[in-house]
Amino acid sequence: MLSKKQAKAFFLGGTILFSMIFLGLSFESVTISMPEKTNADQITDAVVRGKVIWESNNCMGCHTILGEGAYYAPELTRVYSRKGESYIKTVLMAEQPWAPRGRKMVAYNLSEEDANDVVAFFQWIDGMDLNGFPPEPDPSLK
Amino acid sequence: MKYKSQKVAYWFFALSMLLIVLQITYGFIMGFAHMGYDGLHEIIPFNAARATHNNLLVVWLLSGFMGAAYYIIPEEAQHELVSVKLAYIQLITLALVGVTAVIGFHFNWWEGRKFLEIPRELDFLVVINVLTFLGIILTTLFKGKKQSTTAMVLTMGLVFAALLYLPGMIWFDNQAMDSFFRWWVVHLWVEGVWELIMGGILAFLLIKLTGVDREVIEKWLYVIVGLTFLSGILGTGHHYYYIGAPEYWLIIGGIFSALEPLAFLAMALFALHMYRKGGRNHPNKIALFWTLGSAIVSFVGAGLLGLAHTLPSVNMYTHGTLVTAMHGHLAFWGAYGMIVFAMISYALPNLTGRKLYNNAMGMYGFWLSLIGMIGMTTAFAAAGVAQVYLERKVGLDFMVVQQEIEVHFLILILCATIFATGITLFIIDFVKYGQPTDEALNVSDDFEAIEATA
Repeated sequence: MLSKKQAKAFFLGGTILFSMIFLGLSFESVTISMPEKTNADQITDAVVRGKVIWESNNCMGCHTILGEGAYYAPELTRVYSRKGESYIKTVLMAEQPWAPRGRKMVAYNLSEEDANDVVAFFQWIDGMDLNGFPPEPDPSLK
Repeated sequence: MKYKSQKVAYWFFALSMLLIVLQITYGFIMGFAHMGYDGLHEIIPFNAARATHNNLLVVWLLSGFMGAAYYIIPEEAQHELVSVKLAYIQLITLALVGVTAVIGFHFNWWEGRKFLEIPRELDFLVVINVLTFLGIILTTLFKGKKQSTTAMVLTMGLVFAALLYLPGMIWFDNQAMDSFFRWWVVHLWVEGVWELIMGGILAFLLIKLTGVDREVIEKWLYVIVGLTFLSGILGTGHHYYYIGAPEYWLIIGGIFSALEPLAFLAMALFALHMYRKGGRNHPNKIALFWTLGSAIVSFVGAGLLGLAHTLPSVNMYTHGTLVTAMHGHLAFWGAYGMIVFAMISYALPNLTGRKLYNNAMGMYGFWLSLIGMIGMTTAFAAAGVAQVYLERKVGLDFMVVQQEIEVHFLILILCATIFATGITLFIIDFVKYGQPTDEALNVSDDFEAIEATA
């Protein structure tokens, strides 16, 4: 029968082993694979400014991006290719709450420069290799 | 209670109760908004309600864990807390930071990063606060007469929870990297070190409530937390499938996150087995209900409902939909909400000297909140599955689908009302107990004492 000492060794040994594997894989991901898959070389100043605007207004509090966030408003990972630049800018610069089918967005009333930065951010996100996400709908079902 | 300083736990529990009420209120605001009734949009837009709802959850659970630690550590270490004054200062500052953050959310002062919305300036205060807490706990533990496994596992969970907060404070220009390290905080908290905290509290309660030998319980505690880390650490990979991380996470995350339910299954079997093995009847039945309930519901909510959408081929469709909310609600309630309620139910009679347990209100509180939460989970499941099919498979527009699934939010709100009723009854009981008193000192609730008075 398992003794308390053996149980402790299982806990400590397993934790250390799997932590090491996790750290090793994370190191590879962050230094080699992810910069390539996310086109890190295309992160311009405008993209970074766009990310700051994205975060400082908690856009993730309603939308998802890369599938992460809240489920109140549309997924925006591929919004650049789906809706196009001018649509996105119209929404961001609106003085009245944008409300498709009645669900209101906060009227951010962004300046043209800020809206351009957010568009640059979306355009960069749009180009990422996300292992097949978001999935393509099945055309036979529509 | 055995040590005077344990009284400080009461106030952490009281803060927990206050914050859960606020959290539920914001949950209702969001539920109504999903149904199309967003009358508060100008004052509390959805993203403010959402940030408030999530962060209040984190703060009330942390406050509950801290209260649990302040109650358990003196008893396990057989030593008064080293500084009660500092513990009260820590309580007040925790409450102040929490309140400031929540008010800030309503004025667009936040970091828009899911679960970590607290603004950077306040992050530093959180760190100082948690370090103070850990300082008190660790010094007490090492000045104490013994360092039990239960106390060590609980403390280890708290220390790692504090350390893992730090990766979430690093700035990245790259959104994907930001996400990658955000999960070091969020996943490794809830599917890692928080389970140590939960396991530690669970072990303490089982020792107290079942009378099973400490050595046996603590041996299995090691096995359970071992299983947790064995599956949970690499299980982080299930957050890395579709965020710009490499493909090997699909295999690693898939395999190890599919193993995660094992730790919860072990926890449930362990709790039930110890209960049956004990064979002694502790009079505080309601604490036993919450304890066993937590072990079982966490297996269903965190284990099984997590498994339901953790495989990459399924998660491809469910990622970023209401299916996540379905899993999140029952998982947090079962694993962490209910264990805090178990701890409070156990500690209150000992802190106040009033043995009000086993009244009808306590039982109704338990059952109504449980039934309500299961109903809410089911409503989220129906909404989530419909959303996945219509939006991801059929390809309908987001808002068209949202209008289709509005009816599920009506059910959600009805079930949330049942849940809130249960919580209200629990809080009424909490208030009835009154404040802790020195008269309750040295009134032991160990089996020897109970049996001697019987």
